[in-house]
Amino acid sequence: MVKAIYGKKVGSTQIYDENGSALCVTAIEAKPCKVIQVKNTTSDGYDALKVGFGEVKEKNLNKPKKGEFSKAKVEPAKYLKEIRLTDSDNEYKVGDNIDVSIFNVGDIVKITGTSKGKGFAGVIKKYNFHRGPVTHGSHSIRKPGSVGMCSTPKKIMKGKKMPGRMGGERVTTPGTKIVDVLLEQNLILIKGSVPGAKGSVVYIRKV
Amino acid sequence: MNGLEKIESKYYRNDIPDFKPGDKVKVNIKIKEENKERVQTFQGIVINRQSSGLNETFTVRKISFNVGVERTFLVNSPMIHSIEKVNTGIVRRAKLYYLRDKIGKKSRVKTVEQ
Repeated sequence: MVKAIYGKKVGSTQIYDENGSALCVTAIEAKPCKVIQVKNTTSDGYDALKVGFGEVKEKNLNKPKKGEFSKAKVEPAKYLKEIRLTDSDNEYKVGDNIDVSIFNVGDIVKITGTSKGKGFAGVIKKYNFHRGPVTHGSHSIRKPGSVGMCSTPKKIMKGKKMPGRMGGERVTTPGTKIVDVLLEQNLILIKGSVPGAKGSVVYIRKV
Repeated sequence: MNGLEKIESKYYRNDIPDFKPGDKVKVNIKIKEENKERVQTFQGIVINRQSSGLNETFTVRKISFNVGVERTFLVNSPMIHSIEKVNTGIVRRAKLYYLRDKIGKKSRVKTVEQ
């Protein structure tokens, strides 16, 4: 049984649990993913399911992609992604659907997405450095400070934390709870926040 | 109606009366003690009503044994048993924080005679 699905982040809101306390939840819309190819160790070297999801007009696809869908005889999808499997025996065949019913309320899931881009950020925002003194003639309020030693080793060490582009990278949450699964709307409600902007693709897998 | 609104619509309450800052209200709060549940009332003047949607909150101020007490509630919270409007106040602002500095007769709010 596959315990993973791709979806789109809808947004965050607040709901109440059975004890009456307010909960911050993020909604993820995961419409059924269609299996396009079943990969196994003997032919491909690893076990995985290739799935397609998201609506797309057929004229916007290039020929290689169109070929993949016509070969599997399924409707074209916007995104093609893979779900890795731990072993080769699974009941999924080409054309099958994976939907939100694989998850139950209370499951702990990991969510992977692309974080929001923050642009060129300083070390305080990017690496949580402390700031320098603000008064008494200080010129190093948000500066990184010393970046290395003197004539030995005569260079800045590799991997030194410096200002630069922040965000826009692959982020995985350490494990969050599923609060609710709405089958008819293909929605999953997850406690807390989820990486990425609204509408961005996220990968949800059971721990 | 998008996905989020559909989720939220389940949690809105229809039994809460209309009330504004300046009104005196009686808030009946559900209190859970181990397995028992009882209702406690908190009566006072609404001094603040802010935010919108499910996040909307209001603050009630009362004087208890000469000490000002304020409590903030979520309007749509299921922990509220019911809200009763005692009277309607006549005020000229949305936030009645000036009441915090008033004592005795000056801390009253003019009310509409019904």
